Amino acid sequence: MEPLFHASPFTGYVYPNETIIPWTLLIVVYPYLTGLVAGAFTVSSLYQVFGFQRLKPVAHFALLVSLCCMIVVPLPLLLHLGHPERAFNAMITPHTTSAFAVFAYAAAFYVVLLILETWFVFRPFIVREAQQKTGLLSWFYSILALGSYDLSEKAMRYDRKWIFALAIIGMPAAHGLHGYVGFVFGSLKSREWWSSDLMPAIFLFSAIISGTALLIVLYVVMCKLRKVPVDVPCLKGMAFALWGFMMFTLLLEGVEFASLVYRGREGIDIILQFVKGPLVIPFFVLQFGLGSALPLLVLTFMIWRGTNGKPLVAGVVACASLVLLAVLMMRYNVVIGGQEISKTGKGLLEYHPPLFGREGLLAVAVVLILPFVLLAGLMRLLSPWEETGTTAGFSVAP
Amino acid sequence: MDERAELDKHEQERRDFLSRLGSALACGAAAAATAGSVAPRASAASGESDKPAIPGYDWTKHRYAFGVDATKCIGCLRCVEACKKENNVALDAHHFRTWVERYVYLEGEEKPRIDSQQDPVNIEASGSEREYRFANRYQDAAVEKAFFVPKLCNHCTHPACVQVCPTGATYKTEDGVVLIDHTYCIGCQYCVQACPYGARFFDERRNVTDKCTWCYHRITKGMQPACVEVCPVGARIFGDLNDKQSRISQFVQNNRVYVLRPETGNAPNVFYVGTDKDVN
Repeated sequence: MEPLFHASPFTGYVYPNETIIPWTLLIVVYPYLTGLVAGAFTVSSLYQVFGFQRLKPVAHFALLVSLCCMIVVPLPLLLHLGHPERAFNAMITPHTTSAFAVFAYAAAFYVVLLILETWFVFRPFIVREAQQKTGLLSWFYSILALGSYDLSEKAMRYDRKWIFALAIIGMPAAHGLHGYVGFVFGSLKSREWWSSDLMPAIFLFSAIISGTALLIVLYVVMCKLRKVPVDVPCLKGMAFALWGFMMFTLLLEGVEFASLVYRGREGIDIILQFVKGPLVIPFFVLQFGLGSALPLLVLTFMIWRGTNGKPLVAGVVACASLVLLAVLMMRYNVVIGGQEISKTGKGLLEYHPPLFGREGLLAVAVVLILPFVLLAGLMRLLSPWEETGTTAGFSVAP
Repeated sequence: MDERAELDKHEQERRDFLSRLGSALACGAAAAATAGSVAPRASAASGESDKPAIPGYDWTKHRYAFGVDATKCIGCLRCVEACKKENNVALDAHHFRTWVERYVYLEGEEKPRIDSQQDPVNIEASGSEREYRFANRYQDAAVEKAFFVPKLCNHCTHPACVQVCPTGATYKTEDGVVLIDHTYCIGCQYCVQACPYGARFFDERRNVTDKCTWCYHRITKGMQPACVEVCPVGARIFGDLNDKQSRISQFVQNNRVYVLRPETGNAPNVFYVGTDKDVN
């Protein structure tokens, strides 16, 4: 039988109740997924709102990726709750002073927005399928069409207005949702490792790079699976975005860490002991070295040398994969790392995740894979690669 | 012309649909907002209707506080044992509503050696996680200074745990106690994170958060909290600040008292005498 709790070994002095880490790997996965949502939506909006034409090949795909990740976001939270059946208590009687109380509303609003935008974007495809398919599929697409079969230029113009508006609202919504996740951690004064005004911004920028990196990897994988050539300008566009946002992310993370050390408030000794000890591999090697500095250098080198063709594709995908690892490690180092430093400021804990159980590694793996299973399913119903006739940018702004 | 009319009709239909969808969303949000404003949980238990159903007890007439005279504590840990039994706290080394810390300054060392009853060495000395004992681990060392500090929930005036609770399941009572409604807690543990004192823990048997209540079931009947009652040296003091003759009022008046981590702004209501610079 699974034990009721997993106690963590400690050194120095920790409060007796701290030996059971409250927030586990599921709470690492939760901001990681919301980050992917915000990042993927940003790429989609760069095309839908700002008219970055070179991102057109992935714009619709990005929307589906965003939607699939967002649908799974509440799952790690629900799995973590002691009483998931009471989750709606936070919606029925939201405690207005709690940073967490608005999550359900913010998430629900954003899911509705994503579904609406997806529907508008894929409406021409849905209508065509409803008219061309027969039997059950025709019936299915007819329901999806919601009785709206008009694909005339006037109707499409009307749709584009909606897509544009939804993307415009979606940008601050997606970024607000993720910045707010950073606030959940940054606003806590009980942990020096978390307590930082820069936390929301760091979460936000790392979210954008993780979402962009995920799209790069998925886009190239999908091209290989579909046996079509990679659209190099599109890939380059995403690589530039990745490079640019990585600069901001690294800068913010660097400034945050520097101020933490420079301020040197109570407990800094134990934080430095933690940083120089258990955090060397997850923080300096994996997050900063392998996951951030290396891809940044490689990307810079490729931009400088004007690398093209297969080496570019391979290089960008490798960099994007490393960035995905770096952001996952960043979430891990924030969420778990913060709890490994005792609130006493005089001791350190060691978290060892269990393999089985509701909060074990296997459950986490399932939560992380689920968005891609959903994506595979959704892509069978809504093809993001078809020419749907919607164009984007300021030219169609209302 | 017919085609034109058909187009307009479709557009009108779509407009109607979207308009209805928008109204539905707005209504949903409004309903939820209304529910939030009228729900008793969200009001942090301030209204007449939230009064506890305890015969003959009026929570507006009391203002409880707790005192700890660390100079008196002998580290016998009877308080820890009494609390565990009185409040049905899990009998292991990871769940405590109250605990005692031992600070020992050895000659030639700048920082104190700190342990509590949950330290593996102390558990080995007592022989069980259910027995509480401080091992005589410094008997051969040159001790410069040593003392014990009892710890418990500070029932803060501005509790960070209450602030972050997403449902309002944890709340501040009129008489100054921070309580948890175990039937409403969703078990997110945000409050466990927010408490700077490590006073909260997750009870895996009930899947909710738990912590010290100053034995609310006892004090509302005029009794003392279990830990205060069993303390053989009077190191723990409890009472009503509204009563100027109460032990706690006298304790606060006659001593220069200190609170833990005042910089957090939580404004604790456990007042200490005889702590040291390394205690937090």
